[in-house]
Parts: sequence; C-alpha cells; structure tokens
Amino acid sequence: MQQKHQGAADLTGDASFVRIDQLTKRFDEVAAVDDVSIDIRKGDIFALLGSSGCGKSTLLRMLAGFETPTAGGIFLEGVEISQLPPYERPINMMFQSYALFPHLTVFENIAFGLKRDKMPKDQIAERVEAMLNIVQLKPYAKRKPHQLSGGQQQRVALARCLAKSPKLLLLDEPLGALDRKLREQTQFELHNIIKKVGVTCVLVTHDQEEAITMADRIAVMSNGRFLQVGQPHEIYETPNCLFVAGFIGDVNLFKGTVEVDEPDHVVIGTPECRHFVSHGITGTLDMQVSIALRPEKICLQEHEPTIEQRESAQEHGYNCARGMIDAVAYFGKFTLFHVKLDSGMVIKATRENAARHEETQLVRGQRVYAWWDGSDVVVLTN
Amino acid sequence: MIAGYIFLYLPIVTLIVFSFNDSKMVTLWGGFTFKWYGVIAHDTEVLDAFKLSLKVALMSATASVLLGTLAAFAMVRYKSFWGRTAFSAHINAPLVVPEVITGLSLLLFFVFCERLFGWPDRGILTIWAGHTSVGMAYAAVVIQSRLLEMDKSLEEAAMDLGCKPFQVFTLVTLPMIAQSLLAAWLLTFTLSLDDVVATAFLSGPGSTTLPIVILSRARLGLDPTVNAIATITVAVVSVGVFAGSLWLNRQETRRAAEQAAAYREGMQHAVAA
Repeated sequence: MQQKHQGAADLTGDASFVRIDQLTKRFDEVAAVDDVSIDIRKGDIFALLGSSGCGKSTLLRMLAGFETPTAGGIFLEGVEISQLPPYERPINMMFQSYALFPHLTVFENIAFGLKRDKMPKDQIAERVEAMLNIVQLKPYAKRKPHQLSGGQQQRVALARCLAKSPKLLLLDEPLGALDRKLREQTQFELHNIIKKVGVTCVLVTHDQEEAITMADRIAVMSNGRFLQVGQPHEIYETPNCLFVAGFIGDVNLFKGTVEVDEPDHVVIGTPECRHFVSHGITGTLDMQVSIALRPEKICLQEHEPTIEQRESAQEHGYNCARGMIDAVAYFGKFTLFHVKLDSGMVIKATRENAARHEETQLVRGQRVYAWWDGSDVVVLTN
Repeated sequence: MIAGYIFLYLPIVTLIVFSFNDSKMVTLWGGFTFKWYGVIAHDTEVLDAFKLSLKVALMSATASVLLGTLAAFAMVRYKSFWGRTAFSAHINAPLVVPEVITGLSLLLFFVFCERLFGWPDRGILTIWAGHTSVGMAYAAVVIQSRLLEMDKSLEEAAMDLGCKPFQVFTLVTLPMIAQSLLAAWLLTFTLSLDDVVATAFLSGPGSTTLPIVILSRARLGLDPTVNAIATITVAVVSVGVFAGSLWLNRQETRRAAEQAAAYREGMQHAVAA
C-alpha cells in the first residue's frame, strides 16, 4: 500500500489523523489482523469491508481498546494509544447491538459518558439536548430503550457516542440490526449526521452497499490483511484482484491468455471472444489472466450492433459475443439477464428500465448480441 | 392432572384445615378454633426457634449471594485460569453431594476445629456456615445463568464511555443482574429456612431452628400446634410467591406492550418517510 510510511513529519497532519502502523493481533498463533498499516484522514469516513472472520471487527476492537495488539501501534494525532484502556481513549464506539443501558432513559443513556467526565449538571443537560436535536429524538428523552423502535434506538446509540465529542467514532455494523426498509433511509441520515458533526469515523461492515454509500474510503479485508484501499468508485471500477472484484458487486469473469501485449492496449483470447482491452497491463505474452466485467457494462440487443454503435466503441475497442438468453429477472428499476454464450459460459447482464415501455423486450430463448466497450473491462493477473 | 394436583396439594390443605381443629386429636374434627395459634404465640421454644431460623436465613442468604456472585463472575468472565475446571466442580458439588454427607463432614470439621482452637461452639455460626456452603452453590448457578445471557457489549459500552472497571460493575452490571440477585437471595433464604438435615448436624444445645422444632414435635406425636406453625409458614411463603409472580407478570406485560407500541410507531415513521 502506498500509504505506508509517509515519514514522521506528517504524523500529526490531517492526512494521518489516525495512523495504524504494522498492527498485528494473534489469537493462539492465528493472526486475526496481520501486519496492517493505514493512515486515515481527518473527517473521513473509513470503511473496513469484509466477510465475517476477516479481522475487521478485531481491528475495530483494537481501535476501541477492547483488544491489545500483539505487535504494531495505533496513533491518534501522533499519540500512541494502543496501550491505553478504553476509558482513557478519546474514542467512542457504536455497538452493533447498540448496547443501550436498558435500566436508563434515553436522556440518562446519552448523559452517561458526560457524567463520567464530571461535567457540571447544567452543561450535561445542554449537551444532551443538543444531541437529541441532532438525532431528532427530543420528545423521547424520558423513554427507556425498549420503548423505542430499532431505528430510534440506533439514533440514541449514535447520540450517546457523539455526546463526548470523540476524536474518532467507531461504528460496528451500524445498520446490521435494522429492517431492510429502514436501512436505506437510515444510511443517509447517519451519513449526514456524521458529516455535519465532522467527526472522523471508522466503520465496519460486511455489506458492500453500505460501505460504498457511506464511506469516503474503503479497505477490503480478507484473512487479516487489506487487499485494496481506495475510494468507493476505485474499488468498484478498478478492483486489484479477483477477491475484491467478486466481493464488491456482481461481476463476470472470463479466463484467457494474453495474445497481444502493447503499451496502450492488450488483446486477450478467451473461449468466448477475443477481448480488446484499451489499456496496458503488467504482464507478459501467453500469461493466464482473468477479465472482470460488470453486468451493467454489457449491452444486449437482438440485432447485430450497428456501424454507429461499433464506431462509438471503437476508440476504446469493441468486444462482442453471441449467445442466448437463459433467464430473465425483472427487478423494477433494472432487469437482469442470464445469457448463455456460445462457448457455454453464462454471463450476467443488466439493462436499466429507464423508459416505462422498452421498445424491444428481450425474452428467454432469444438469440442476442452482447457487446461492451474495451475500456470497461479490468484485467486481473492473479 | 387433577390426580396430580390432589396428590400435591391435598396434604397441605388437610394440614391447614386441621390447624383450626378444636381437638387434641389430629385426625378427628372437633370444631373450629384459633386456639392453637394462641398457644404458639406464647410458646417460647417455637418463638425462639422462629427468630433463630429467620436470623440464620437472613445471614446465610446474604452471604450466599455475595459469595455466589463472586464465584459466578469468576466462572463467566474469566474463561481460562489455572484450576478453572476444578473450581467449577467445587461450585457445583454442594448441589449433588447428599446433604447428610455435607452436614456430617461439616460437623466433623467443626468438632476438629473446636478441639484444636476451642472454637467454634456449635450454634448459629456453624449453622450459618453450613447453610451458606450449600446456598452459595445455588446462588452461583442462578447468577451465572443471568450473567451468561447478559449482552457483554453493555459492559464494553460503559468502559468505552469512560467507566473504570469498578464503575462498570456498580453502574451497569449490578443493575443488570439485580433481579437474579434478588431471586438467588429468596431461593437461598427459603432453602435455609426449611433446612433440616444439615441443621440437625450443626445445631447445638440452645440453638434449634424452626424446622428442627417441628420435626422433633411431630416425632413425639402429632400436635395441632405443629399444624398451626406449618400453616403460618405456608401462608407467608405463598403470599410472597404470589405477590412476586404477579409483580413480575405485570412488568413483563407492560414491557411487551411498550415494545409493541414502539415498533408500530417506528414502522409508521418508516412508511411516512
């Protein structure tokens, strides 16, 4: 990762507000987090994305102070904090279960951390009030947590974390406990509140959609390591390995060998077609590679692509394969097609239903042309 | 099921009915009276025994809950320490070891101690120790199960918000397990109150508990005063249990209703938004 070791001069700057330096955590010789280094910018929402057991939660718990690293360090504004107990860190965490104290009211829950800081009573009341306003729960101050809906509980948990004005906010699967319907709405609310407060935030999730919509930067984790770190669109459009490509969104993978290797383009032969790729790769001739292609980049049509269509794609290279529609699934805003190519491979392609009445309805069993732009494919060499 | 109820409760009903029997004969109905209650009110042996029983029960319930809490914490919070399995076995042993054995071994131990140090005399202290050794095992089991089902992140959240370990315990853990502490206290209190076997071994002259008095009187021949004492005990216990379960039931219903209301409200918000 290029973020590694930017030099000590930068240590207190905004770019490395939080620095995780060669952090490792072993449980009985198994490395849950394996030599991870990253700098997190001030004010960023940084997402740790991975499936369960990838080490993302362990990393978060080390930031919170519930686990002690086996090796490496954590720096917050240049100060090493990895050996401090949780109650001495200017960091607050929102738990997946929210962990609201059931014997306390909403007000008392939010005031809990402030009381520990020995803040005067009138200031506490003021601060809690402000927090309740931010999360729009003012009428609920006197309620107990069990008298709130899931979404409201989540907002109380958030208010409780933010009340202490932490330097770093940790979110553990913030939407994991919510109904699907509530999620989307809550996602935006949560994002807006965090951005409004301006707090730096590390968020753990297994839900790629959540990571993509919430985060400024994402680290995809597997087996305790970062596979790729980047902005959401970088992770989605230019995944650096098969795992990342498969983990984020749907992807079609073609396997083939490099047939032409030029600095500005390559051609990769696969049983489906000869793929023209409009950028160079770090590889050699005859190398085995995979090609990743997102379903929404594929155009399906009944007739052969017209000259204009070909020409519009020509500057990036034009790729086309023939096949038969194997299955159609209508999702409302888009339709997903499974197309069985003549090579036998089944690819996924989506078509946006922008108009209410699509002129040409594609149906199961129909022969189609599937074509895509040479700049839309990603060549993966591992 | 009716047969079961009869089998369970008919003896108790009979006992209660005959405590109002105006006849010395326990099996013959001779008219209604309260006189046996009057008799026991002036029976110093019964009253002293009752007082002692209460004292012992209070002391051993409190000690059991204190020690049981510590044991339960050690078992739940510390998943690996040297001798954990042995410790767990030791906590549970008093539940399975026959009480006769517990009583006898404690008696031998106390006699041995008395010979060596001249202390303790058999009496309230030895009974207390005996009851606590059994009671804390029960208390540990009750509290342990509550601790196990408690969301661990509550304690972590407390720490995260600035609580030092001791504050975590007093401000979060204790209120969370309060109900189980109360349950454990009531359980060990009742266990102590009606214990005969261990008490028989550990009581000395001048320190007999109520169950021992009842037992010895019943052995001498059935006596309506015994019925009266037993009726009072039954009355106190059942009122306690009834009130307790009614209260818990109310809490539960209210909680469920509030939860349902909150959920509905939340859904309405979601739809509106």
